[in-house]
Amino acid sequence: MNLHIPQLTAGPITSRRNVLKGFGGLLLATYVPMQGFAQEAGAQKPAALTPNAFVRIGRDDTVTILSKHIEFGQGPWTGLATLVAEELDADWSQIRVEHAPGDAKLYANLAMGAQLTGGSTAIANSYEQMRRTGAAARAMLVAAAADAWKVPAGEIRVSKGVISHASGKSSGFGAFAEAAARMPIPQDVKLKDPSTFTLIGTDLPKPDSFAKSHGQAQFTIDLRDPDMVVALVARPDKFGARATSFDDSAARAVKGYLRSAIVPQGVVVFAKATYPAMKARAALKIEWDESKAHALGTQAIVADYRELAKKPGKVAEARGTPLDKISAGGARVVEHEFVFPYLAHAPMETLDAVVKFDGKTAACHFGSQGPTIDQAAIATTLGIAPENVSIDVALAGGSFGRRATAGGDFAAEAAACAKAFGENVPVKLLWTREDDLRGGFYRPLYVHRMRGTVEQDGSISAWHHTIVGQSIMGGTPFEKMMVKDGIDTTSVEGASDMPYRVSDFQCDLHSPTLGVPVLWWRSVGHTHTGFAVEAFLDMLLEKAGKDPIEGRLALLDPKAREVGVLQAVAKLAQWRGRKAGDRGYGVAVHKSFDTYVAQIAEVMRGDDGAPKVTHVWCAVDCGVAVNPNIIRAQMEGGIGFGLGHALFASLDLDDSGKVVQTNFDTYRALRIGDMPKVHVVILPSGEKPTGVGEPGVPPIGPAVANAWRALTGEAVAQLPFVRGGTA
Amino acid sequence: MQISINGRPRELDVDVDTPLLWALRDDLGLTGTKFGCGIAQCGACTVLIDGNPVRSCVTPVSALEGRDVVTIEAVSGPEAEAVQKAWVGLDVPQCGYCQSGQIMSAIGLLKIEPKPDDQAINDAMAGNICRCATYPKIRAAIHAAAKTLEG
Repeated sequence: MNLHIPQLTAGPITSRRNVLKGFGGLLLATYVPMQGFAQEAGAQKPAALTPNAFVRIGRDDTVTILSKHIEFGQGPWTGLATLVAEELDADWSQIRVEHAPGDAKLYANLAMGAQLTGGSTAIANSYEQMRRTGAAARAMLVAAAADAWKVPAGEIRVSKGVISHASGKSSGFGAFAEAAARMPIPQDVKLKDPSTFTLIGTDLPKPDSFAKSHGQAQFTIDLRDPDMVVALVARPDKFGARATSFDDSAARAVKGYLRSAIVPQGVVVFAKATYPAMKARAALKIEWDESKAHALGTQAIVADYRELAKKPGKVAEARGTPLDKISAGGARVVEHEFVFPYLAHAPMETLDAVVKFDGKTAACHFGSQGPTIDQAAIATTLGIAPENVSIDVALAGGSFGRRATAGGDFAAEAAACAKAFGENVPVKLLWTREDDLRGGFYRPLYVHRMRGTVEQDGSISAWHHTIVGQSIMGGTPFEKMMVKDGIDTTSVEGASDMPYRVSDFQCDLHSPTLGVPVLWWRSVGHTHTGFAVEAFLDMLLEKAGKDPIEGRLALLDPKAREVGVLQAVAKLAQWRGRKAGDRGYGVAVHKSFDTYVAQIAEVMRGDDGAPKVTHVWCAVDCGVAVNPNIIRAQMEGGIGFGLGHALFASLDLDDSGKVVQTNFDTYRALRIGDMPKVHVVILPSGEKPTGVGEPGVPPIGPAVANAWRALTGEAVAQLPFVRGGTA
Repeated sequence: MQISINGRPRELDVDVDTPLLWALRDDLGLTGTKFGCGIAQCGACTVLIDGNPVRSCVTPVSALEGRDVVTIEAVSGPEAEAVQKAWVGLDVPQCGYCQSGQIMSAIGLLKIEPKPDDQAINDAMAGNICRCATYPKIRAAIHAAAKTLEG
């Protein structure tokens, strides 16, 4: 299967947005590059149903789906194409996928109102929209065939890319593509009954696997142009410091070095190629103003947070009188504290973007996770209108949240670099791994203080959960939506709404402000709340003498969807209790982004004394399973991602506020030998589909912690399990 | 200077300390080999030099005289075919960025160990990080490729 990826191997960067404007007017038009694009789409009103923006069918029968969601491994190219192809009755072999360009009018995430990939919403928000798109296209092909064959449309069948009639007439899609484009867009299409799905729910080959297995997939870093200039930014050691002056006399000796300039983020170095830019950057002498810089180390931050955690914060959720019950005596009180470090996303492809600025318009090409945000950030930086910023979305080498920031940080930086260069040529901003790990936008550091009571009869009567950590949404454009009465919902999600029925409950929050930039990170608040709730609950259940599975089930509403995944995972793992020989077993269940995941980890003591995770069993309920193979892969990947960080990863600041871990030698990543065997079961469901990119992450950390406690009696108080580890 | 890339001599006009990675990507347009860390910790830049997997990000072009460099764009032979077929067949890649390096390491492994067990796979692939954690599929694909090679 071929990929159609916009190439940038020669010639100037052109804006594909204009090209697509033309395309927008041609529903199902024959796809002839640069010819079919003449017509302007202005007359076409952006109706609720705009299948033309998402599908084009070529004379050669190919069906190309434009993905409004960025593909960086989580599978939306396959998923969105599956939804269209299902209702179109296309054959999977004729499907092609490419990214839609930045255009919120056409390509908004319906859950957000802006073009943005995040919150595990790609399939959830597209489920009906993409199916309607496919159904509309199918209806128009049928209408065109009926017209040509002079038979009633109702007698025409479409199956696996073939349009046919009982009279013996039969055709592929391509022959009717042009005629179909002249048919009216159906305003009301009937969608299939799920029992008749032929593609949804099956394992379909991914359209991007071939290119990605042959070095042919093009990422932003791969974009080339004869006039391209490479930009690297020399950054301060401390967050909030600014460059005041620089001396590039040594850099000038580097062959290929062009020049440097001060930008808000530091000093940008321009060169003809990457390595000269690296050498020149290393040779720069820079004066920094650190008067407003963050200068607090991790140890001091943790100490402050621990003090804060002793007092209740702003109440996010409360019922009954848990604090009174805990201090009253009588019941057994269990108390525990968890410390979660700053974490970097560290996607394999570091941040990068290509911007070409001619003084009036900017043509940009990069793995933009939130084109609407990035367009605004680039426009503001350049002093132009957002509609004069075009973004071609590239494949990205991972993100885990990093490629979307509330202020479009690296998009704005790329624009600042292009502006500083001042010539109408493509400027490629590249971050090195050191830039990535030292660059902030971390999963915040949190301290959780948990207290609970276990009555003589084994019931859990009170639960008090205090969370301390920076707000991700505070001070950003998302504040209004996400911070309510001083509570950032992303700081408490998964904790304030935890599913267990405890009569007396309080979850409260302290949100100290610090100069360390923070950001959502794969599964956002659930990265730490899921851990705290599930690891602490397990301690209470142990105190109560209850089995971890039975104990959880007894505390859940019998109708809760957590019940189904818990029972399924217990069955899958043939759960027989917390310990067997040299193996400990731990369970955790967590809902995030409306998807329910339960996991059981089998853990032994490794040669180095640290936990060695040998097996993980995983049950997931994500509604209708659109692509089971991708769901399984995302569970595996989420488990690996969550496990690697829980075991090894910590992004620390030294006492002066400088980042300690600057590359994979010290910011330890999970490697193949650390990866457990993973067994996944997907629960059958008729509920609307929900996301799978993030929900595999939260349960693995606490499942391992619970297994480790079962095995050793040690309750983990600080992540990662292995501190100071190196690769 | 002149080095042999993918079976033919290529002229390079770069400083001799330039890592092979950047010569490949910036000067020769062979962008299938990826940058991930720059310090030989992640393996995204893996190429074959005289048939052995090597991290091109720390290999200066000056060290390549008389050596034969093969990149993902031109890798061939029974091991390469088996590995790439297995990679596609099992849909190994997620984001895909590390996979060129993973594939080159896997090919290097199968060239010296046609039927690796799990420990041999762990040892040979330990230098290649996948942040998407496609490791179970990488392992399965290497086993599948070994089976193909068995005939």
